Amino acid sequence: MYDVIVVGGGPAGVSAAIYLKRLKLSVGIVMKGMGSLGKTGHIENYYGVPGPVSGADLFQKGLDQARALGIPIYQGEVLGIDNFDGFAVKTTEGTCETTCIAKAVLLATGVNKINLRVKGFDGLVGHGISYCVICDGFFYRDKKIGLVGSGDFMKDELENLANISKDITIFTNGEKLTVDTGTYPVDSGKLTEIGGIDHLEYVATENGKYPLDALFVAVGTPSATDFAVRMGAFTDHNNIVVDENYMTNIPGLFAAGDCIGGLLQIAKAVDDGAKAGLAINKYLKSLK
Amino acid sequence: MEVKITNDNFKKEVLESELPVIVDFWAAWCRPCMMLGPIIKELSEDLEGKVKVGKVNVDEEGYLAQQFRVFSIPTVILFKEGKPAAQVVGLLRKEDLLKRLGL
Repeated sequence: MYDVIVVGGGPAGVSAAIYLKRLKLSVGIVMKGMGSLGKTGHIENYYGVPGPVSGADLFQKGLDQARALGIPIYQGEVLGIDNFDGFAVKTTEGTCETTCIAKAVLLATGVNKINLRVKGFDGLVGHGISYCVICDGFFYRDKKIGLVGSGDFMKDELENLANISKDITIFTNGEKLTVDTGTYPVDSGKLTEIGGIDHLEYVATENGKYPLDALFVAVGTPSATDFAVRMGAFTDHNNIVVDENYMTNIPGLFAAGDCIGGLLQIAKAVDDGAKAGLAINKYLKSLK
Repeated sequence: MEVKITNDNFKKEVLESELPVIVDFWAAWCRPCMMLGPIIKELSEDLEGKVKVGKVNVDEEGYLAQQFRVFSIPTVILFKEGKPAAQVVGLLRKEDLLKRLGL
C-alpha cells in the first residue's frame, strides 16, 4: 500500500511526487506516454533553462530526477480507479502488480480528450453516444451496441458491455486492434458518418452501414476527466474541479496540472504539483 | 424534502404542479448520481415554497426515463407548467446546476 499514487509523469505529477517523497511518504507514479509536453518541440520560457529544450527531453529529465529519489515509475495504462476505503488504481497487466492500493491519488494526466472527428458525432453525444459504459450502459440492455476503440481501454469497456448486451460490434476507426476481443465482430475501417434524427440510429464506416442504438467511445487511454466522472468528481467543461487544496469533492482524490484547467504551461503545472504535494501531506496527516 | 416521483404520481406531482419542478433521474449504481444526491436534497431545502424537487429512480420507473429520453444519468429536468423547460446531463456543482437550469 502506498501513501500516494500519482497518475501521470509530467511536470505536475513528478513535482508532486518529489515533494511527497521528500516528506518521507511512500509514493509511486503510474504513467504512459508523454502527453502534450512530449509533443512540444522547443521550450525557451522556463526558468533556469535558457537554451531551447525539447518537451520530450525535459520530460525525461523529470522522470530521471524522480527515479534518482527512489520513486518507482510504473509504465502502464490506468484503466480505472475504485475508491472504497482508500483507492485501488487498476492498470494494464504487469504494472504496479496490476493494482496499486493507495490512501490518496493525484490525477495529473494532462488533457487528452480524443473526440472523434466524424460527421454527425458531436450532435449525438448524450443521445446514443456515450463515453462511459458503467454510467449509461444500463439504458441499452439487449440493444444493438457499437464500441469504438482498439486497445486496453476499449477491452475494459467491452467487458462491462458484455453484461448488458450480446449484440456488440467493435469499430477500430482505422486503428490496428491490439487486444483480443473474442468472437465479437470487428470493423477496422474508418468511421465515415454517424446519423440519427434526435437519437443515434446508425454508424457508417468505409465497409458498410450499421444500425445501432448506442455507440460507446473508448479510444486511446482514458483521461483524468474520464476517471473523475466515473468516480463522481465534479467537472466543468472537461476540467476537473478542485478546491484550494487541489482536492476534488471526493476525499483523498486530488488533481493538478492541465487536467484542472487554467494556464497550460509547465510553470503552472510545477506550481500545481508542489502545492498539491504539500496539501496531500496535510490530508494524510489528518487521517491519523 | 424531495418527492419520490413514480409513474403513478407523475401527472399529479409534476404535470399538474403549480410550482416549477426539478426532477432528478438517478439510480443507486450510478456513482455520479450518488454524489448529486446531497445537492438535490439541499436544493429542495433552499428552494422550498418556490420550486418542488422530485426524484425518479430509473431502475423502478424505466417508463418515465424512456418517455423523457433520458439515456445518461444523472439527468435533471426542470418542468414548468407541465413542460420540460431545461435539461442538464451529468454531475455539476450546485451553483452550476442552478445556472444551467436557469434558476
